[in-house]
Amino acid sequence: MTSSDWQPSASLEALRLRASLYQKIRHFFQQRDVLEVETPLLGRAASTDLHLASMAVQADNKFLQTSPEFAMKRLLASGSGAIYQICKAFRCGESGSRHNPEFTMLEWYRPGFDHFDLMDEVALLVGLLLGERTVKKLSYRDAFNGVLNEDPHSCSEQVLVQLAEQWTGYVAASDDNRDTLLDLLMSQVIEPTLGRGELTFIYDYPASQCALAKLSIDAEGVQIAERFELYVDGVELGNGYFELTDGAEQQRRFDRDLQQRADNKRPTVPIDQRLVAALNHGLPDCAGVALGIDRLLMLMAGTDTIREVIAFPADIA
Amino acid sequence: MANYSTNEFRSGLKVLLDGDPCSILENEFVKPGKGQAFNRVKMRNLKSGRVWERTFKSGESLEGADVIDLDMEYLYTDGEFWHFMMTDGSFEQHAADTKAVADVTDWLKEQDVYVVTLWNGAALAVAAANFVELEVADTDPGLKGDTAQGATKPATLTTGATVRVPLFVNIGDVLRIDTRNGEYQGRAAK
Repeated sequence: MTSSDWQPSASLEALRLRASLYQKIRHFFQQRDVLEVETPLLGRAASTDLHLASMAVQADNKFLQTSPEFAMKRLLASGSGAIYQICKAFRCGESGSRHNPEFTMLEWYRPGFDHFDLMDEVALLVGLLLGERTVKKLSYRDAFNGVLNEDPHSCSEQVLVQLAEQWTGYVAASDDNRDTLLDLLMSQVIEPTLGRGELTFIYDYPASQCALAKLSIDAEGVQIAERFELYVDGVELGNGYFELTDGAEQQRRFDRDLQQRADNKRPTVPIDQRLVAALNHGLPDCAGVALGIDRLLMLMAGTDTIREVIAFPADIA
Repeated sequence: MANYSTNEFRSGLKVLLDGDPCSILENEFVKPGKGQAFNRVKMRNLKSGRVWERTFKSGESLEGADVIDLDMEYLYTDGEFWHFMMTDGSFEQHAADTKAVADVTDWLKEQDVYVVTLWNGAALAVAAANFVELEVADTDPGLKGDTAQGATKPATLTTGATVRVPLFVNIGDVLRIDTRNGEYQGRAAK
């Protein structure tokens, strides 16, 4: 710790931009009768996702949240109606020009909306903040096919290995699975082309990447996840679902996640049984979405460095 | 040598990739909100000089390369090797081969200090300082009164390098040369 790094890495102008953004968000939801809520950052359970590392707070034997999703669904199951929250989320080891281990999320849920309805609302909000842009909605298959000329749901793993090498120089390991290769191609090759001067939504994700979204069969008879993501100028801005409401299926997914963690030598974590109980009680059909506030600010400020919109990034906190 | 994981990759870190020593230039962390994280790494292969871009899964590791840059004084050449000596008072000598001095043969002057990159203790590459002062060995005499703006002529330095110089430069003049672009900067103060 040197005495010269006490100053913020974000300018006063960026701090003002953040304050004005929060005002605009609150006004947007107030107009639509969506209730602002506050749920704990600390919880007994951690994220079971294979690729997320929840921060543990030893003193309290708890974990910091990677997103407010579980607590907000418990509120929805108690009859809260439409709710939103602006809060901090924490993820170990995620640091880079677009990542800070501690970051700000805007997350909201709309009972009675499906994910396509919610995409429209997201487009409205983001359009208000970034200025009018054409909205494009593209299936995962079409986005993939459009750049790489292959169907991501049906092409062989061998094809994915070759595409990965061809486009990124990545050398596949023998234990790399299909999702690893799809993630590589999406994040390195396809995403940078999305949302250029537009708002691009990608929907109908591979079933294996469903997280907490409902599964269904698409027009081509392929099982897909009712999940969407928003890209603006090549930046991933948000992730949304037509939310899974089946408690038994949620439990099965948690168990599968733990098995995957074990298979990949990742530490096991406690499952959120209270979320499962809430779903078993009854979660209204709803769509939910999480937007990265810092990323949104980066786009509004015209910077590609997250440090410029966060007062004190992890290394100087 | 120690292993370094992708989240330890910093600019300047020396690692082994496919058996070659490389210096990390840039490390970009790329992660979809839900999915596998990757690092897009740009590095310079210190053997070939070429810049490589490779993608790794976050958490993968590479072996560190025993590469170090040291200041050394140029002594002499026997035609096969170019000999340098440590400037730290140890008198330790290192021999660099043709490949290692390939980029600096135009600028080698006895007793001048250079940066020698050692890999596993052997000289891999030699770099000159940004400016060197070298004597003109041969050039056409400048014609009196020839002061046309910007006119230049070729001059051969004692190292064999050719540089373009103003017409008034004569054999024996010591010139200051920018080694990065091979350009004449002026005459050295006597």
